[in-house]
Amino acid sequence: MDNSFLGYYLLTSAMLFSIGLAIVVVKRNIIVVLMGIELMLNAVNLNLVAFSKNDPTLQGQIFSLFVIVVAACEAVVALAIVLKVYEHFQTVHLDEINQLKK
Amino acid sequence: MLQVVFIFFMILTLVTASVVLITKNVLYAAFCLLGTFLGIAALYVLAGADFVAVTQILVYVGGVLVLLIFGIMLTNKKGNKDVGKNTIESGSTNQFWGIVVALGIFALLFFAIGRARFAEIQQSLFEEIEQHSTVQQIGVSLMTNFVLPFEVAGVLLMAVLLGAAYLSKKTKD
Repeated sequence: MDNSFLGYYLLTSAMLFSIGLAIVVVKRNIIVVLMGIELMLNAVNLNLVAFSKNDPTLQGQIFSLFVIVVAACEAVVALAIVLKVYEHFQTVHLDEINQLKK
Repeated sequence: MLQVVFIFFMILTLVTASVVLITKNVLYAAFCLLGTFLGIAALYVLAGADFVAVTQILVYVGGVLVLLIFGIMLTNKKGNKDVGKNTIESGSTNQFWGIVVALGIFALLFFAIGRARFAEIQQSLFEEIEQHSTVQQIGVSLMTNFVLPFEVAGVLLMAVLLGAAYLSKKTKD
């Protein structure tokens, strides 16, 4: 299979990364910010997979598998921290969480 | 035919990702993220990465998204009842500068990708190969060349399991 779609993959990935970045900057709910981070990680994975098409050693795909593992770990720890933050501050609005200790 | 399918999944991915950005309702954002993850999995399949696509569906749709929805439900005890609606809404700040920065980075990436001619470089790098299942090759590589990262990932998952269980435990005052 030829790799003539590579440019479109890179374009999709760039748009996904920009949308994820905009979500992280604009939204003020912790969970939605986490969604933006997941979108950015997915954009990176899409690049890795698109570039490793026709690669006989599949290094890009294996690297993207490890990225998926680390992203899942990040989401789990972040949600545990979000639950503690909610227990402490009774809110998940990022602008109201500005102290380490109340 | 392949082009039509590719463009369809590309548009699905981008539209649902934009809805995550545009909508105020957090649960709508979570469900649109489902569409984004499924669209990306389809794009993986079209790039010949079947195992990564299945992993994407298992881990993101089956794991991360469910966790996010649990996070949304556990962090909103009151809901939005005082306005008479039961929606969970997300505020937003820095709208202008956030969009400007995102568009700027997109423009940078767009011109870089347009100038770089990656397709030609990649075609001279690899011969075209017949696409077949990658599962066996990924399994063999994980147990030979990539065995150290594989084991480190196992240790990381164990540490995350213990750490998340410890962190999310109720603290006594």
